[in-house]
Amino acid sequence: KSSVQTIGEEQIQNPYTELLVLKGHQDIIRFLVQIDDYRFASAGDDGIIFLWNAQTGEKLYELHGHTHKITAIAPFSSSDVTEEKTDLIITASADRTVIVWDCTSGRQVQKVSCFHSTVKCLTVLQRLNVWLSGGSDLCVWNRKLDLLCKTSHLTDAGINALVELPKNCVAAAVGKELIIFRLSASNNGSEGWNILEVMRLVDHQDNISSLVSVNDLTFVTGSHIGELIVWDALDWTKQASECNFWDSSVHPDVQPEIKLSQSPHETSVQHLTSDEECVFAAVGKGIYVYNLQMKRVIACQRTAHDSSVLHIEKLPNRQLISCSEDGSVRIWELREKQQLPAEPVPTGFFNMWGFGRANKQANQAAKMHENTPVYFLELVGDLIGHSSAVQMFLYFGELGLATCSADHLIILWKDGERESSLRSLTLFKKLAQNGDLQLKL
Amino acid sequence: MISAPDVVAFTREEELEDDLYREPPLPEEYSVPLFPFAGQGANPWAKVAGSKFTRDFILISEFSEQVGPQPLLTIPDDAKVSGTFDLNYFSLRIMSVDYQASFVGHPPGSAYPKLNFVEDSKVVLGDSKEGAFAYVHHLTLYDLEARGFVRPFCMAYISADEHKIMQQFQELSTEFSKASECLKTGNRKAFANELEKKLKDLDYTRTVLHNETEQQKKANDKGYYTTQAIEKANELASVEKSIIEHQDLLRQIRSYPYRKLKASEFHPYEPEGAPDQADVGSNQDLAASDPTEPGESHLYAHVPSYTPKLIKAKSAKCFDKKLKTLEELCDVYFFTQTLDQLHHIERTFRGDVCYLLTEQISRALLKQQSVTNFLFEDVSFLDEKPPEKQYRGCQGLGQDAIDEKCLEESLAPKVVISLGSYKSSVECVPIKMEQEMEDSEEPKMSESVLSEHQENLDYLDADIKGSISSGESIEVLGTEKSGPGLTKSESQASLPVMPSPQAGRSKVGSRRTVSEDSIEVLSTCPSESLIPEDFKASYPSAINEEPYVDDDEGGLRFTPRMNPGVDDDGQDDVSKQESLVQVDAACCIGKESPNFLEPLPGLGQKPCEEDGVVRIPPQPYRPAEQGLRGGFPSHEGLSAGLLPCELDSRYLSGSRELSKGSLDEGSDSTSYISSAASTCSDRTPSPARLGGAAGERHRKRAGQNALRFIRQYPFAHPAIYSLLSGRTLVVLGEDEGMVKKLVTALSIFVPNCGAYTKPVKHWVTSALHLVDFQKWKLIGLQRAVSPAGANVLHALSRYSRYLSILDADSKTLRCPLYKGAVVGRLADHRTQIKRGSTYYMHVQSILTQLCSKAFLFTFCHHLHLPISEREPEESVVSRRMNFLKLQLGLANEDIKIVQYLAELLKLHYIQEPGQGGNPLLRFDYVPSFLYKI
Repeated sequence: KSSVQTIGEEQIQNPYTELLVLKGHQDIIRFLVQIDDYRFASAGDDGIIFLWNAQTGEKLYELHGHTHKITAIAPFSSSDVTEEKTDLIITASADRTVIVWDCTSGRQVQKVSCFHSTVKCLTVLQRLNVWLSGGSDLCVWNRKLDLLCKTSHLTDAGINALVELPKNCVAAAVGKELIIFRLSASNNGSEGWNILEVMRLVDHQDNISSLVSVNDLTFVTGSHIGELIVWDALDWTKQASECNFWDSSVHPDVQPEIKLSQSPHETSVQHLTSDEECVFAAVGKGIYVYNLQMKRVIACQRTAHDSSVLHIEKLPNRQLISCSEDGSVRIWELREKQQLPAEPVPTGFFNMWGFGRANKQANQAAKMHENTPVYFLELVGDLIGHSSAVQMFLYFGELGLATCSADHLIILWKDGERESSLRSLTLFKKLAQNGDLQLKL
Repeated sequence: MISAPDVVAFTREEELEDDLYREPPLPEEYSVPLFPFAGQGANPWAKVAGSKFTRDFILISEFSEQVGPQPLLTIPDDAKVSGTFDLNYFSLRIMSVDYQASFVGHPPGSAYPKLNFVEDSKVVLGDSKEGAFAYVHHLTLYDLEARGFVRPFCMAYISADEHKIMQQFQELSTEFSKASECLKTGNRKAFANELEKKLKDLDYTRTVLHNETEQQKKANDKGYYTTQAIEKANELASVEKSIIEHQDLLRQIRSYPYRKLKASEFHPYEPEGAPDQADVGSNQDLAASDPTEPGESHLYAHVPSYTPKLIKAKSAKCFDKKLKTLEELCDVYFFTQTLDQLHHIERTFRGDVCYLLTEQISRALLKQQSVTNFLFEDVSFLDEKPPEKQYRGCQGLGQDAIDEKCLEESLAPKVVISLGSYKSSVECVPIKMEQEMEDSEEPKMSESVLSEHQENLDYLDADIKGSISSGESIEVLGTEKSGPGLTKSESQASLPVMPSPQAGRSKVGSRRTVSEDSIEVLSTCPSESLIPEDFKASYPSAINEEPYVDDDEGGLRFTPRMNPGVDDDGQDDVSKQESLVQVDAACCIGKESPNFLEPLPGLGQKPCEEDGVVRIPPQPYRPAEQGLRGGFPSHEGLSAGLLPCELDSRYLSGSRELSKGSLDEGSDSTSYISSAASTCSDRTPSPARLGGAAGERHRKRAGQNALRFIRQYPFAHPAIYSLLSGRTLVVLGEDEGMVKKLVTALSIFVPNCGAYTKPVKHWVTSALHLVDFQKWKLIGLQRAVSPAGANVLHALSRYSRYLSILDADSKTLRCPLYKGAVVGRLADHRTQIKRGSTYYMHVQSILTQLCSKAFLFTFCHHLHLPISEREPEESVVSRRMNFLKLQLGLANEDIKIVQYLAELLKLHYIQEPGQGGNPLLRFDYVPSFLYKI
């Protein structure tokens, strides 16, 4: 009935055996942003920003200031040696304001309300010590919230995404277009900056929904109809593109009813993430792994979830976490398939080889295997807790995983073993504090 | 609950016992002849089975000046209870042993009548003919119309079990004192009220008379007085005298010395709060007349201002008028309060004495286990009394500073105890100690105190002797003011009764024989404030009972703490103390009762007998060990002396060899095994609170349901395992009653997550959410055939990994596998236990074992942390598993139970008092199985 892969109740590799529910929000939570090693902020449609301790789940601050839902949030920590380190977060809201908050004191530092439209994205350029807000135009601000410069009116729809590129450039996704801007110091003033439009890239057929920088040399964009384009970050030329790797016609094993239900929404590239080798794309209900060197999809899970995948992230240990509108979070592991060349390839694996392979002859595929390893995504665990769409998650390494959802809850998933031993440690510390412990070793 | 059910094989159940458990009768040849006196609920251990009443009751009697002793009311107010028992006769008996030093009237050399504020007297008497034993509490109420202004009353707790009265004497005394205090408070108010009215009357009468006299004077200018005029003048004079008398009485009643009140924390009837000592008396009784007094206003608001009336100057104390009822004497409010208190007493002391004692002991011991007791015990009793004042004096002191200071302190409370009233000695000890710490002239003071005490004793002595001579048919035992002294003995089991140095005064206890006289007064305590501590301790030994567990002497309890640092100074001080003790035998007698003395750390004394047999019958527990309130942690001295072998193997089967790291942690478990006294504490006689009838009934019902559950459902074990390992169990069913019954049954297996209510939700109709599993570990859920019902089921399947689901309709269970051994002992479907409350106790005792294992596991340092810094985590993990498997003897899933309990303990201990703490949900990724009948 459903082609979604399931995993039983026995999940040996799933480390998350303890959870904490963090309550506070009154509406959909859309954003989680990490402030430092143990703190994170959450924001959503209720316009409130909460600061949490990721270890204890303690609510640190409740920041009120916005009257409408939050549309963008970005951390802005100054790493200046001269100044003392302050952790700031910038939040933009549908009330057309941007507020800078101090995470240490929980107070509002400054508020800007001179926007003509909702700011939809925020990017901090640490290198230049400025931050950019993208709405119907693109503004450049310094730390003190002085408007340094802005572009002319670009679009009514607003900028969807911003990404920093080398050589003081930024790429902005505006509808179907990708516009490259360059920041340059102005000639007349020391603090002055100019922003110039350098190039407009119109290769996408539909709105660009995601934009991610891979490394200093490449960045990747994805669009609503499932186009994935790899760009050169320096000269902004198209390096490679996949335009229909979601297309079911190239996958003979897919059942017809799924094909029928195929809609633009289900092929939309919702989120992109990358490591040095691969780009991971959340496309519709599926997850695709695109290898930059081989320039092809090396592994995929066409129906990783019951509904759209909203966020994916790569963990250091070859694991991948995805969350979806179906309310679940799944942990995947990218594994190398050890396949003997002589063995006939079962058709069921076609979908894992990715684009352009599947409809070819089996022996051709087998030939390919001889020189390139075959990968597949294996489900190693799932986290079920939210009763509604999981909007985003934040991976805190040892501290666990924070997920936020449309059910107004944040869940902190933790490694039960680790937490247990931490509690023991605390216990014996407290005993020693109280002077109750006499060690006899 | 610590008490093992086999210790208390006899647990009383009411007649409500379920028919389901009525076993088919045994074949004739196997049946044992029935106990001849056995009726429904008869007590086979009762010494006197021939008593004419069915169960214990409380009797209130009055020595009426018109008709003599008469019973007023019984509690419970049920004719069946007293049965054929002759209440009139018994009233006569109990009223005849009134040793109150009540004296009201015109003392020689005093112009006005004097109210004497006497203390209540407490007497235990037995009537062997009637098979009745009674604790009798005499009190005096004031009545303006009564002879000598007094109305003697008494409240008696009547039981067929002599031991019950004797062993619960202290508790009975405390509880009845509360009732008496309540009555007397109300009576003082009413009396003052009455006096005021009388004064107004007199005042009015005087005015009228005065006016008449004046008129006569004016009308009469003959120069001589008519007989009429002389009569009037005489009348006026007598009215004036009467006014002065009544004013004096009013002053007296208002200046009632609130000796007791200031020392007692018992003020439920005093809305004004703790009265200020200085002007308390007047305030107290002014309140009665002052309608604006906030607390009392509602009581008097409806009383219109009194209109005085003309009265005769000489109000004759005649026999024809009706005496006030008890209710009128002490104000309706206070009267009902008293009745409530008496009903409470009746409930509290209902049942077999063995049961009562075990209950008291286990309760008191449980209170000490602050680290683990929250897990399976009723939260109600834990909250009952917030931690009282600790023994501040000793607590703050370091080990090194103890010797001198502690000794000084230890002298002070002892002296205080011996002079003060019982109550004040209890509550005032810590305060007085501090005062006397500052006082450099302490020894002198104690000298004077002693002499004062001596006087008191003499007075007491005379009083008692007077009483004895008055009634020939009464054999009074144990009234000797100094009982046999008990010298210090290392033995825990036997209590050699040694004559005190003042052997001449002491009376060696003799077994009371059933004498010809039908009434024997077993002991008397004529006046609470006068009776010295040791006297209380000694009266049981006078009849060769097991002496009261006596840690009465604050001073002695410090000795173990002093001894570790035995230096010359310390010993000097000790001997000084001993010599002081010799000076006044009455002060020290009984104080060295070795029973609950702390085993001296240096001696390595074992808390229990070698063979593990407890030879000591249940002793009335004196909760002196409150020093352990903070759990084991606060006692370095205690833990220092413990050796591994002292951990009792009975409680930790399989953990004979405890590694050294666990020594500290073991101390707490030792303390409850041995009930060894802690070194410093204050003594608060906390009467046994048996949780009230409601709790009792709930327990019984839960136990019954649980028994039925384990018999009916073959998959009871995995279900119980789910609860014990913290996996939420959902009971799904259409019928609310059935689901609730199952939830009640299973609730006794649910560990508490904190000091809140049990995480049990009896009935839910909406879909469950993840947050619910954090809050509740046992949920009754409605199965409904509606869209909402489908939603509920969908949520269940979605969160199935966090849940075990017991379907009450189709009798299936979906939950993880269980292969351990603990639950098998907990819930054996072939168990011979038939009564609900017995099974409840069985469950509690096994859960307590689990708790102690979890405690050890939690607090063994090296099981959780590496011994050296270089030690890898893996070896710690393997050590941990080894401990669980080999030392604690746990198999398979039992490990998970203990681990879960350990997590709860950790969370509980770590948690800061103020914070609620985030409830966290722990779970495992384990496959579930479907069980069917």
